[in-house]
Amino acid sequence: MINFEYARASDVADAIRLKAAEPAAKFIAGGTNLIDLMKKDVEQPSTLIDITRLPLTTIEEAASGGVRIGALVPNTDLAYHPLIEDRYPLLASAILAGASQQLRNMASTAGNLLQRTRCYYFYDTATPCNKRDPGSGCSAIDGFNRIHAVLGTSPSCIAAHPSDMCVALAALGATVSVLGPAGERSIRFLDFHRLPGDTPQRDTNLEPDELVTAIELPEAGFADNYSYLKIRDRASYAFALVSVAAALELEGNTILEARIALGGVAHKPWRDPLAEWKIRGQPANEATFEMAAELLLRDAKGFAHNGFKIDLARKTIVRALRQAALGTPQSQSEKWIR
Amino acid sequence: MERMRAPVSSPIAPVREVDVVLHVNGVERRLKLAPWTTLLDALRDHLDLTGTKKGCDHGQCGACTVLVDGRRVNSCLALAVMKDGAHVTTIEGLEKDGVLHVVQQAFIDHDAFQCGYCTPGQICSAVGLLLEGRAKTADEIRELMSGNICRCGAYPNIVAAIQQAMEAS
Repeated sequence: MINFEYARASDVADAIRLKAAEPAAKFIAGGTNLIDLMKKDVEQPSTLIDITRLPLTTIEEAASGGVRIGALVPNTDLAYHPLIEDRYPLLASAILAGASQQLRNMASTAGNLLQRTRCYYFYDTATPCNKRDPGSGCSAIDGFNRIHAVLGTSPSCIAAHPSDMCVALAALGATVSVLGPAGERSIRFLDFHRLPGDTPQRDTNLEPDELVTAIELPEAGFADNYSYLKIRDRASYAFALVSVAAALELEGNTILEARIALGGVAHKPWRDPLAEWKIRGQPANEATFEMAAELLLRDAKGFAHNGFKIDLARKTIVRALRQAALGTPQSQSEKWIR
Repeated sequence: MERMRAPVSSPIAPVREVDVVLHVNGVERRLKLAPWTTLLDALRDHLDLTGTKKGCDHGQCGACTVLVDGRRVNSCLALAVMKDGAHVTTIEGLEKDGVLHVVQQAFIDHDAFQCGYCTPGQICSAVGLLLEGRAKTADEIRELMSGNICRCGAYPNIVAAIQQAMEAS
């Protein structure tokens, strides 16, 4: 870790000012990913701007009928909040599928969105990586790529986004509120994270001088028919090889609305409007779920060590949709899968 | 072997120490720390509270678990300066008036360790788990203790100890 300066932001405007004055600075909240990356010399900020004392820690019902979540709400508090447990159990379940309780106690809502890939080569400063050092090359494409993406990859980068929480937020259709020197704006969750293209150094469409202030959930929470199903090498405390956030609105056995987001398989939480549109109006059965999986994975491309993810994703999509349709969501403390 | 490092693009900041007040195990401690001092290093190297262990130093093993304002955290990933004013409880602060904390006693009763290196973190994590009140079953204990690794593999006894402590408290 290199030496850095420390500044504590007194309010949101102060945080924006401090960042504008020092472009090589970084905001810090929970620090669970940033401090780790700094210890590895992957991140080398000149200054850390501590935003943990800013008043962005509330969860409240919004005028839209949805729920507004402050950027600094710890992951644990979000997962256990009555509004989230009752109305958005998909989000609560996804949060509890990620990391450990200690890390969830520290990690903030916005920080979860901004965490960086766990690609081994991104972390290893001895190897080329276009995300860490643009133009140096991708070590993963011809390297050991078991944990890497199979959808939306580019010749520059095949890293996967590591978050569980973001997969649920993508399925729910959240929006991200951000503030910068030019004022406030909202970003649709699906537009927040980027595909790697030829600029894999940019994970998100957040501008460097902007601060995330809140996440807003729309009214529909799919609390009756949902499941977050995460498949990983260990039964707990590991990143997803594949995860699926499935949410359905049913009338009898007919699908009125479907949301399917995938984690562990792309540079961002993966949703496919065509797959969701095709299964609307269809019966909630195995044939429909198989059709959704085929559509979601139609452009999937495996590399030397991660080809297994495509079949694994297909089975996980079908199973998560079945769990959602039956109203029997996967419990994160239950280690067998129905 | 010395590894290649990415070139440092920004000039290295000088060491400018910051005043930090921590309430550790009920005692106010005033420190002057470089901003990059983690809470773990502040406890071990500046306050001589070496009960809290440095395992992986990357938030993956849980050996450094302490309670900050009553919540369990990985002290290796927290900067001490950011915890200015916080109340920190370490393994040294759990015993009261010569009586072990119910979790400490349960770990002894169940022989819930072998080498003992992960034990302070396991115990602080279990104390946090009891305060949270979320775990009821053995499966839930296992899931919510998954951030604490025991390479000796004392897990069955750790779960039994936590169940005993849960019944006692």
